[in-house]
Amino acid sequence: MAVRSLATRKTLTLGLNSTRLTQSRALQTFSLPDLPYDYGALEPAISGEIMQLHHQKHHQTYITNYNKALEQLHEAIQKGDSSTVVKLQSAIKFNGGGHINHSIFWNNLSPIREGGGEPPKGSLGWAIDTNFGSLETLIQKISAEGAAVQGSGWVWLGLDKELKKLVVETTANQDPLVTKGAHVVPLLGIDVWEHAYYLQYKNARPDYLKNIWKVINWNYASGVYEKESA
Amino acid sequence: MKRKKKKKNPRKPTRRMAAATSMVTSSSFTFPFQGLRLPILSYPCMKPERRIMRKDASNVITATYELKPPPYPLNALEPHMSRETLEYHWGKHHRTYVENLNKQIVGTDLEGPSLEDIIIVTYNRGDILPAFNSAAQAWNHDFFWESTRPGGGGKPSGDLLDLIKRDFGSFERFTEEFQSAAATQFGSGYAWLAYKANRLGVENAVNPWSSDNDKKLVIVKSPNAVNPLVWDYFPLLTIDVWEHAYYLDFQNRRAEYISMFMEKLVSWEAVNARLEKAKAEAAEREMEEERRKKEEEEWKPTDGDDDDEGLEMYVDSDDDSEAE
Repeated sequence: MAVRSLATRKTLTLGLNSTRLTQSRALQTFSLPDLPYDYGALEPAISGEIMQLHHQKHHQTYITNYNKALEQLHEAIQKGDSSTVVKLQSAIKFNGGGHINHSIFWNNLSPIREGGGEPPKGSLGWAIDTNFGSLETLIQKISAEGAAVQGSGWVWLGLDKELKKLVVETTANQDPLVTKGAHVVPLLGIDVWEHAYYLQYKNARPDYLKNIWKVINWNYASGVYEKESA
Repeated sequence: MKRKKKKKNPRKPTRRMAAATSMVTSSSFTFPFQGLRLPILSYPCMKPERRIMRKDASNVITATYELKPPPYPLNALEPHMSRETLEYHWGKHHRTYVENLNKQIVGTDLEGPSLEDIIIVTYNRGDILPAFNSAAQAWNHDFFWESTRPGGGGKPSGDLLDLIKRDFGSFERFTEEFQSAAATQFGSGYAWLAYKANRLGVENAVNPWSSDNDKKLVIVKSPNAVNPLVWDYFPLLTIDVWEHAYYLDFQNRRAEYISMFMEKLVSWEAVNARLEKAKAEAAEREMEEERRKKEEEEWKPTDGDDDDEGLEMYVDSDDDSEAE
């Protein structure tokens, strides 16, 4: 899954440093993954200004704070400080969730000339028709649910591996999709925090949700779907 | 029997049309919290004195809310908060909340109560009902604009400063704590300074009368549309930390926005005025509670006795059979 591969990729480069620093198990630290495209490549659906801020500031901050929280957690576990261990859970969920979600998100987007917006084919396309009737219906549903999120959050297309069906879910703040079910795997997530669209769309979140489909990377979602439903 | 109180709600500046007739709301702030009685029982009994009366062709009365402008022109907070921000934040976001509120309450039971009461009822102890977001956000934004003024910032004075020093140690400590709350409210929401004057209602315990120390200033943060009214606090000051409040001017730099707010925008005059009203309402509430308790005492039958015993005291009787 995207996140696991992300973590291991980082440990390949950082693992050596970490083992020198800590006496017990190596503590993985995370760093900002590169975008697979330029900041301006998703225009006009999403502006380069937004992409740059979103990636370099927001995502980076989640990673920085996630690393900090993990370090504190590590210490607290070693000391047996249960109070602190529990107290840190919300910071880990916020910031870790932020890192997980945004890492998926960058892969969910792709410039038009690289296939962004092209409808899914293969097994995912078929599953969408089966579960929702048509791609258009699914898109409407995701957009409607995304627009209805109060405050900050995400809207997801997920695969419920247990029930073997596609689901549309929303999560609040940076809660990852797994908080909606241990067996639900994210295929596609759309960030509906205001920072994801405000500079360009202001309060018109529905317009953002209408336009983002032009740069949605269904190839990635298909890949995850095929792997997880094998 | 439920005590119904008709009084003007002094803490809430009116959003009504200038031509509004009665501005009296039919409930006091206290009614939902007497004991643990459900608030929903209170308002249907109230005389429906509408805040805004509008009769359409078929003589149907509807109550609607109007978008009230901030107490200054939209560019008055420049260069700290841009006109563009006010245009969107007030002109679009706040406006939409008010419009949605009207749509959601029309033709329902929620057309009668005051906005504060709508908020409390639809908060539904956390199991939020649909109109809550619109109602609370309409209120929150009025409150937010009025918490600011051009040339604001600086320090409070008088009672307010004394209380801040008493409850936070110093004004600097208060500022630190308030800013920290605002910075760590994850996702959308608000940070608040509030006056907390409620006591735990334990019906069978002997509650000593609260001293002034039981009433205190507190800093709280809340997610999304939630505000301290739902906890029965008196809000005194708020900062909106939804991203739409600062994104055009500060992008991701929320901490900078918060410092700017404290240094340049806070209207301590407004906070002061709210504190005075809060103290007055808290005192009034206490007096009412005292009165109510006294009434209940007088009517309570003593243990093991017949109800008739009480009546008999007033009846002249030569009947010796009762004289045991």
